[in-house]
Amino acid sequence: MDWITMTQWSPYAVGIGIGLLSCLTFLLSDKPLGCSTAFARSSGMLERLFRGAKVKEKPYYQKFAPEIDWEWMLVAGVVIGAFLAATLSGDFELKWVSSRWAVAFGPGALGRLIVAFLGGILLGLGARWAGGCTSGHGISGTLQLALSGWIAAMCFFAGGIATAMILFQVLAA
Amino acid sequence: MLTTIHAKKGLQLVLGLLAGVVFGFLLQKGGVTKYDVIIGQLLFEDFTVVKIMLSAVITGMIGVHLLKSLGLAQLHPKPGSVGATVIGGLIFGVGFGVLGYCPGTLAGAVGNGYLDALVGGVTGILVGAGLFAALYPKLNVGLLNRGDFGSVTLPELFRVNAWVVVVPVAAALVLLLASLELAGL
Repeated sequence: MDWITMTQWSPYAVGIGIGLLSCLTFLLSDKPLGCSTAFARSSGMLERLFRGAKVKEKPYYQKFAPEIDWEWMLVAGVVIGAFLAATLSGDFELKWVSSRWAVAFGPGALGRLIVAFLGGILLGLGARWAGGCTSGHGISGTLQLALSGWIAAMCFFAGGIATAMILFQVLAA
Repeated sequence: MLTTIHAKKGLQLVLGLLAGVVFGFLLQKGGVTKYDVIIGQLLFEDFTVVKIMLSAVITGMIGVHLLKSLGLAQLHPKPGSVGATVIGGLIFGVGFGVLGYCPGTLAGAVGNGYLDALVGGVTGILVGAGLFAALYPKLNVGLLNRGDFGSVTLPELFRVNAWVVVVPVAAALVLLLASLELAGL
Protein backbone atom coordinates (compact mmCIF):
# COMPACT_ATOMS: atom_id res chain seq x y z
CA MET A 1 0.00 0.00 0.00
CA ASP A 2 2.99 2.32 -0.51
CA TRP A 3 1.12 4.14 -3.27
CA ILE A 4 -1.39 5.52 -0.82
CA THR A 5 1.31 7.35 1.18
CA MET A 6 3.26 8.53 -1.87
CA THR A 7 3.38 12.32 -2.17
CA GLN A 8 2.92 12.36 -5.90
CA TRP A 9 1.58 9.90 -8.46
CA SER A 10 2.35 9.77 -12.15
CA PRO A 11 0.24 12.41 -13.93
CA TYR A 12 -0.86 9.70 -16.37
CA ALA A 13 -2.17 7.47 -13.57
CA VAL A 14 -4.05 10.45 -12.13
CA GLY A 15 -5.45 11.44 -15.55
CA ILE A 16 -6.58 7.89 -16.37
CA GLY A 17 -8.19 7.74 -12.93
CA ILE A 18 -10.12 10.97 -13.58
CA GLY A 19 -11.17 9.63 -16.99
CA LEU A 20 -12.47 6.39 -15.43
CA LEU A 21 -14.20 8.40 -12.70
CA SER A 22 -15.96 10.43 -15.44
CA CYS A 23 -17.25 7.19 -16.98
CA LEU A 24 -18.57 6.10 -13.58
CA THR A 25 -20.40 9.37 -12.95
CA PHE A 26 -22.01 9.19 -16.41
CA LEU A 27 -23.04 5.58 -15.72
CA LEU A 28 -24.22 5.87 -12.11
CA SER A 29 -25.37 9.51 -11.87
CA ASP A 30 -25.97 10.60 -15.48
CA LYS A 31 -23.70 13.58 -14.69
CA PRO A 32 -20.40 14.91 -16.04
CA LEU A 33 -17.78 16.13 -13.54
CA GLY A 34 -18.03 19.90 -13.00
CA CYS A 35 -17.24 22.24 -10.14
CA SER A 36 -18.36 25.81 -10.77
CA THR A 37 -22.16 25.66 -10.32
CA ALA A 38 -21.54 24.55 -6.72
CA PHE A 39 -19.92 27.94 -6.04
CA ALA A 40 -22.80 29.76 -7.75
CA ARG A 41 -25.35 27.85 -5.66
CA SER A 42 -23.33 28.54 -2.48
CA SER A 43 -23.19 32.21 -3.35
CA GLY A 44 -26.98 32.19 -3.69
CA MET A 45 -27.36 30.32 -0.39
CA LEU A 46 -25.17 32.91 1.39
CA GLU A 47 -27.09 35.77 -0.18
CA ARG A 48 -30.32 34.16 1.01
CA LEU A 49 -29.01 34.28 4.59
CA PHE A 50 -28.80 38.07 4.32
CA ARG A 51 -31.59 38.98 1.95
CA GLY A 52 -34.11 36.21 2.54
CA ALA A 53 -36.23 34.11 0.21
CA LYS A 54 -36.53 36.78 -2.50
CA VAL A 55 -33.04 35.81 -3.68
CA LYS A 56 -34.65 32.70 -5.17
CA GLU A 57 -36.62 34.95 -7.52
CA LYS A 58 -33.47 36.19 -9.26
CA PRO A 59 -33.57 34.84 -12.82
CA TYR A 60 -30.17 33.15 -12.45
CA TYR A 61 -31.23 31.28 -9.32
CA GLN A 62 -34.39 30.14 -11.10
CA LYS A 63 -32.00 28.34 -13.42
CA PHE A 64 -29.52 27.21 -10.74
CA ALA A 65 -31.48 26.99 -7.48
CA PRO A 66 -29.44 27.98 -4.40
CA GLU A 67 -29.56 24.52 -2.82
CA ILE A 68 -27.37 21.50 -2.29
CA ASP A 69 -27.26 19.17 -5.30
CA TRP A 70 -25.05 16.40 -6.74
CA GLU A 71 -22.37 18.81 -7.94
CA TRP A 72 -22.29 20.66 -4.61
CA MET A 73 -21.63 17.34 -2.88
CA LEU A 74 -18.93 16.64 -5.47
CA VAL A 75 -17.07 19.84 -4.58
CA ALA A 76 -17.44 19.11 -0.84
CA GLY A 77 -15.99 15.67 -1.60
CA VAL A 78 -13.02 17.23 -3.43
CA VAL A 79 -12.05 19.13 -0.26
CA ILE A 80 -12.28 15.89 1.79
CA GLY A 81 -10.47 13.77 -0.81
CA ALA A 82 -7.60 16.25 -1.15
CA PHE A 83 -7.36 16.49 2.65
CA LEU A 84 -7.17 12.68 2.93
CA ALA A 85 -4.58 12.36 0.17
CA ALA A 86 -2.42 15.16 1.63
CA THR A 87 -2.66 13.83 5.18
CA LEU A 88 -1.80 10.24 4.19
CA SER A 89 1.43 11.41 2.55
CA GLY A 90 2.29 14.03 5.19
CA ASP A 91 1.82 16.73 2.55
CA PHE A 92 -0.90 18.64 4.44
CA GLU A 93 0.31 22.02 5.65
CA LEU A 94 -1.37 25.27 6.59
CA LYS A 95 0.30 27.81 4.35
CA TRP A 96 -0.52 31.35 3.19
CA VAL A 97 1.98 31.78 0.36
CA SER A 98 3.54 29.22 -2.00
CA SER A 99 7.28 29.28 -2.67
CA ARG A 100 6.96 30.34 -6.33
CA TRP A 101 4.84 33.32 -5.29
CA ALA A 102 7.20 34.24 -2.45
CA VAL A 103 10.22 34.30 -4.76
CA ALA A 104 8.49 36.57 -7.27
CA PHE A 105 6.39 38.83 -5.05
CA GLY A 106 7.68 38.40 -1.50
CA PRO A 107 6.51 36.30 1.44
CA GLY A 108 3.79 38.67 2.70
CA ALA A 109 0.39 37.02 3.11
CA LEU A 110 -1.70 40.17 2.61
CA GLY A 111 -0.55 40.86 -0.95
CA ARG A 112 -1.17 37.27 -1.95
CA LEU A 113 -4.62 37.30 -0.32
CA ILE A 114 -5.71 40.45 -2.16
CA VAL A 115 -4.52 39.05 -5.50
CA ALA A 116 -6.13 35.65 -4.79
CA PHE A 117 -9.40 37.40 -3.91
CA LEU A 118 -9.36 39.45 -7.14
CA GLY A 119 -8.45 36.34 -9.16
CA GLY A 120 -11.26 34.45 -7.46
CA ILE A 121 -13.79 37.11 -8.46
CA LEU A 122 -12.75 36.87 -12.12
CA LEU A 123 -12.73 33.06 -11.91
CA GLY A 124 -16.24 32.89 -10.47
CA LEU A 125 -17.56 35.52 -12.87
CA GLY A 126 -15.89 33.92 -15.90
CA ALA A 127 -16.89 30.36 -15.01
CA ARG A 128 -20.57 31.23 -14.81
CA TRP A 129 -20.31 33.52 -17.84
CA ALA A 130 -18.83 30.68 -19.89
CA GLY A 131 -21.18 28.13 -18.31
CA GLY A 132 -18.43 25.91 -16.93
CA CYS A 133 -14.86 25.63 -15.66
CA THR A 134 -11.74 23.58 -16.23
CA SER A 135 -13.66 20.47 -15.09
CA GLY A 136 -17.07 21.05 -16.68
CA HIS A 137 -15.78 22.42 -19.99
CA GLY A 138 -12.07 21.55 -19.93
CA ILE A 139 -12.40 17.85 -19.08
CA SER A 140 -16.08 16.86 -19.32
CA GLY A 141 -16.92 19.06 -22.30
CA THR A 142 -13.87 18.09 -24.35
CA LEU A 143 -14.29 14.37 -23.62
CA GLN A 144 -17.88 14.57 -24.88
CA LEU A 145 -16.47 16.35 -27.95
CA ALA A 146 -18.72 19.33 -27.24
CA LEU A 147 -17.79 22.34 -29.38
CA SER A 148 -18.39 24.62 -26.35
CA GLY A 149 -15.90 22.56 -24.28
CA TRP A 150 -13.06 22.78 -26.81
CA ILE A 151 -13.56 26.53 -27.40
CA ALA A 152 -13.81 27.21 -23.64
CA ALA A 153 -10.68 25.16 -22.85
CA MET A 154 -8.68 27.11 -25.44
CA CYS A 155 -9.91 30.45 -24.03
CA PHE A 156 -9.18 29.37 -20.42
CA PHE A 157 -5.58 28.56 -21.28
CA ALA A 158 -5.08 31.53 -23.63
CA GLY A 159 -6.22 33.90 -20.87
CA GLY A 160 -4.32 32.01 -18.17
CA ILE A 161 -1.04 31.82 -20.07
CA ALA A 162 -1.12 35.51 -21.04
CA THR A 163 -1.92 36.55 -17.46
CA ALA A 164 0.74 34.34 -15.85
CA MET A 165 3.35 35.61 -18.32
CA ILE A 166 2.48 39.24 -17.56
CA LEU A 167 2.58 38.57 -13.81
CA PHE A 168 5.81 36.59 -13.69
CA GLN A 169 7.79 37.81 -16.68
CA VAL A 170 6.82 41.49 -16.79
CA LEU A 171 5.60 42.58 -13.35
CA ALA A 172 7.88 40.36 -11.23
CA ALA A 173 10.95 40.85 -13.41
CA MET B 1 -29.31 3.29 -18.60
CA LEU B 2 -29.54 2.87 -14.88
CA THR B 3 -32.50 5.24 -14.60
CA THR B 4 -33.78 3.81 -11.32
CA ILE B 5 -30.44 4.65 -9.65
CA HIS B 6 -30.38 8.09 -11.31
CA ALA B 7 -33.80 8.90 -9.81
CA LYS B 8 -32.83 8.17 -6.19
CA LYS B 9 -32.05 11.64 -4.85
CA GLY B 10 -30.47 10.68 -1.53
CA LEU B 11 -28.31 8.02 -3.11
CA GLN B 12 -27.20 10.50 -5.79
CA LEU B 13 -26.02 12.99 -3.16
CA VAL B 14 -23.93 10.22 -1.57
CA LEU B 15 -22.56 9.19 -4.98
CA GLY B 16 -21.71 12.82 -5.72
CA LEU B 17 -19.81 13.08 -2.45
CA LEU B 18 -17.95 9.81 -3.12
CA ALA B 19 -17.06 10.89 -6.66
CA GLY B 20 -15.75 14.16 -5.20
CA VAL B 21 -13.61 12.35 -2.62
CA VAL B 22 -12.00 10.28 -5.41
CA PHE B 23 -11.62 13.36 -7.63
CA GLY B 24 -10.02 15.39 -4.83
CA PHE B 25 -7.75 12.48 -3.86
CA LEU B 26 -6.56 12.19 -7.47
CA LEU B 27 -6.06 15.96 -7.89
CA GLN B 28 -3.95 16.12 -4.73
CA LYS B 29 -1.85 13.07 -5.66
CA GLY B 30 -1.38 14.61 -9.09
CA GLY B 31 0.08 17.75 -7.50
CA VAL B 32 -2.48 20.10 -9.08
CA THR B 33 -3.81 21.36 -5.76
CA LYS B 34 -0.59 23.39 -5.66
CA TYR B 35 -0.26 26.96 -6.91
CA ASP B 36 3.32 26.35 -8.09
CA VAL B 37 2.33 23.43 -10.32
CA ILE B 38 -0.55 25.30 -11.97
CA ILE B 39 1.42 28.51 -12.52
CA GLY B 40 4.31 26.33 -13.77
CA GLN B 41 1.99 24.99 -16.47
CA LEU B 42 0.80 28.46 -17.52
CA LEU B 43 4.47 29.50 -17.79
CA PHE B 44 5.35 26.29 -19.76
CA GLU B 45 7.80 25.17 -17.07
CA ASP B 46 5.87 22.17 -15.72
CA PHE B 47 3.53 20.08 -17.88
CA THR B 48 1.73 18.18 -15.09
CA VAL B 49 -1.62 19.91 -15.70
CA VAL B 50 -1.62 19.15 -19.44
CA LYS B 51 -0.55 15.53 -18.85
CA ILE B 52 -3.37 14.97 -16.34
CA MET B 53 -6.03 16.74 -18.40
CA LEU B 54 -5.15 15.06 -21.68
CA SER B 55 -4.94 11.54 -20.23
CA ALA B 56 -8.29 12.14 -18.49
CA VAL B 57 -9.82 13.34 -21.77
CA ILE B 58 -8.45 10.37 -23.77
CA THR B 59 -9.67 7.81 -21.20
CA GLY B 60 -13.00 9.50 -20.56
CA MET B 61 -13.71 10.17 -24.23
CA ILE B 62 -13.26 6.51 -25.19
CA GLY B 63 -15.09 5.26 -22.08
CA VAL B 64 -18.06 7.59 -22.23
CA HIS B 65 -18.59 7.02 -25.97
CA LEU B 66 -18.36 3.27 -25.32
CA LEU B 67 -21.05 3.59 -22.62
CA LYS B 68 -23.13 5.62 -25.04
CA SER B 69 -22.75 3.05 -27.82
CA LEU B 70 -23.85 0.35 -25.35
CA GLY B 71 -26.90 2.42 -24.42
CA LEU B 72 -25.66 2.87 -20.84
CA ALA B 73 -25.08 6.63 -20.89
CA GLN B 74 -26.22 9.79 -22.65
CA LEU B 75 -24.11 12.84 -23.41
CA HIS B 76 -24.73 16.24 -21.84
CA PRO B 77 -22.89 18.69 -24.09
CA LYS B 78 -23.21 22.27 -22.84
CA PRO B 79 -24.59 25.01 -25.08
CA GLY B 80 -22.25 27.81 -26.11
CA SER B 81 -21.94 31.07 -27.97
CA VAL B 82 -19.17 33.47 -28.85
CA GLY B 83 -20.49 35.98 -26.28
CA ALA B 84 -20.69 33.40 -23.49
CA THR B 85 -17.98 30.83 -24.19
CA VAL B 86 -15.23 33.03 -25.66
CA ILE B 87 -15.68 36.14 -23.51
CA GLY B 88 -16.48 34.16 -20.34
CA GLY B 89 -13.63 31.78 -21.11
CA LEU B 90 -11.14 34.65 -21.41
CA ILE B 91 -12.37 36.27 -18.15
CA PHE B 92 -12.03 32.86 -16.50
CA GLY B 93 -8.54 32.51 -17.97
CA VAL B 94 -7.38 35.82 -16.49
CA GLY B 95 -8.81 34.75 -13.12
CA PHE B 96 -7.09 31.36 -13.51
CA GLY B 97 -3.73 33.09 -14.04
CA VAL B 98 -4.24 35.61 -11.22
CA LEU B 99 -5.53 33.13 -8.62
CA GLY B 100 -3.42 30.18 -9.76
CA TYR B 101 -6.21 27.68 -9.14
CA CYS B 102 -9.38 26.74 -11.03
CA PRO B 103 -12.64 25.99 -9.16
CA GLY B 104 -11.96 22.25 -8.72
CA THR B 105 -8.30 22.58 -7.79
CA LEU B 106 -9.25 25.51 -5.52
CA ALA B 107 -11.44 23.12 -3.50
CA GLY B 108 -8.51 20.66 -3.53
CA ALA B 109 -6.10 23.38 -2.38
CA VAL B 110 -8.40 24.13 0.57
CA GLY B 111 -8.22 20.42 1.52
CA ASN B 112 -4.44 20.60 1.20
CA GLY B 113 -4.34 23.39 3.80
CA TYR B 114 -3.58 26.33 1.53
CA LEU B 115 -5.03 29.40 3.19
CA ASP B 116 -4.68 31.71 0.17
CA ALA B 117 -7.15 29.37 -1.54
CA LEU B 118 -9.55 29.28 1.41
CA VAL B 119 -9.48 32.91 2.51
CA GLY B 120 -8.76 34.72 -0.77
CA GLY B 121 -9.85 32.33 -3.51
CA VAL B 122 -13.09 30.91 -2.12
CA THR B 123 -14.42 34.30 -1.01
CA GLY B 124 -13.47 35.76 -4.38
CA ILE B 125 -15.17 33.02 -6.39
CA LEU B 126 -18.36 33.35 -4.32
CA VAL B 127 -18.39 37.11 -4.94
CA GLY B 128 -17.68 36.56 -8.65
CA ALA B 129 -20.46 34.00 -9.02
CA GLY B 130 -22.86 36.33 -7.18
CA LEU B 131 -21.79 39.17 -9.46
CA PHE B 132 -22.68 37.06 -12.48
CA ALA B 133 -26.09 36.22 -11.01
CA ALA B 134 -26.68 39.98 -10.61
CA LEU B 135 -25.52 40.76 -14.17
CA TYR B 136 -27.31 37.76 -15.71
CA PRO B 137 -30.65 39.41 -16.60
CA LYS B 138 -28.84 42.15 -18.54
CA LEU B 139 -26.24 39.88 -20.16
CA ASN B 140 -28.85 37.30 -21.11
CA VAL B 141 -30.79 39.65 -23.38
CA GLY B 142 -27.68 40.55 -25.33
CA LEU B 143 -24.07 39.49 -25.11
CA LEU B 144 -24.54 35.89 -23.88
CA ASN B 145 -26.52 34.98 -27.01
CA ARG B 146 -24.22 36.63 -29.58
CA GLY B 147 -22.88 34.04 -32.01
CA ASP B 148 -24.90 31.20 -30.50
CA PHE B 149 -23.82 27.73 -31.66
CA GLY B 150 -25.93 25.62 -29.29
CA SER B 151 -24.92 22.37 -27.64
CA VAL B 152 -23.47 20.85 -30.78
CA THR B 153 -20.76 18.18 -30.61
CA LEU B 154 -17.92 17.85 -33.12
CA PRO B 155 -19.35 14.62 -34.66
CA GLU B 156 -22.72 16.38 -35.10
CA LEU B 157 -20.99 19.38 -36.62
CA PHE B 158 -19.13 17.21 -39.15
CA ARG B 159 -22.18 14.94 -39.57
CA VAL B 160 -20.22 11.75 -38.89
CA ASN B 161 -20.41 8.83 -36.48
CA ALA B 162 -18.87 9.79 -33.11
CA TRP B 163 -16.11 7.18 -33.43
CA VAL B 164 -14.88 8.86 -36.62
CA VAL B 165 -13.88 11.78 -34.37
CA VAL B 166 -13.05 9.88 -31.14
CA VAL B 167 -10.36 7.67 -32.69
CA PRO B 168 -8.27 10.36 -34.45
CA VAL B 169 -8.63 12.83 -31.55
CA ALA B 170 -7.48 10.14 -29.08
CA ALA B 171 -4.58 9.25 -31.37
CA ALA B 172 -3.57 12.91 -31.77
CA LEU B 173 -3.65 13.50 -28.00
CA VAL B 174 -1.57 10.34 -27.35
CA LEU B 175 0.96 11.59 -29.90
CA LEU B 176 1.03 15.00 -28.23
CA LEU B 177 1.71 13.41 -24.82
CA ALA B 178 4.39 11.14 -26.34
CA SER B 179 6.13 14.14 -27.93
CA LEU B 180 6.08 16.00 -24.58
CA GLU B 181 7.83 13.00 -23.00
CA LEU B 182 10.32 12.75 -25.88
CA ALA B 183 11.10 16.44 -25.51
CA GLY B 184 11.84 15.77 -21.82
CA LEU B 185 9.04 18.05 -20.60
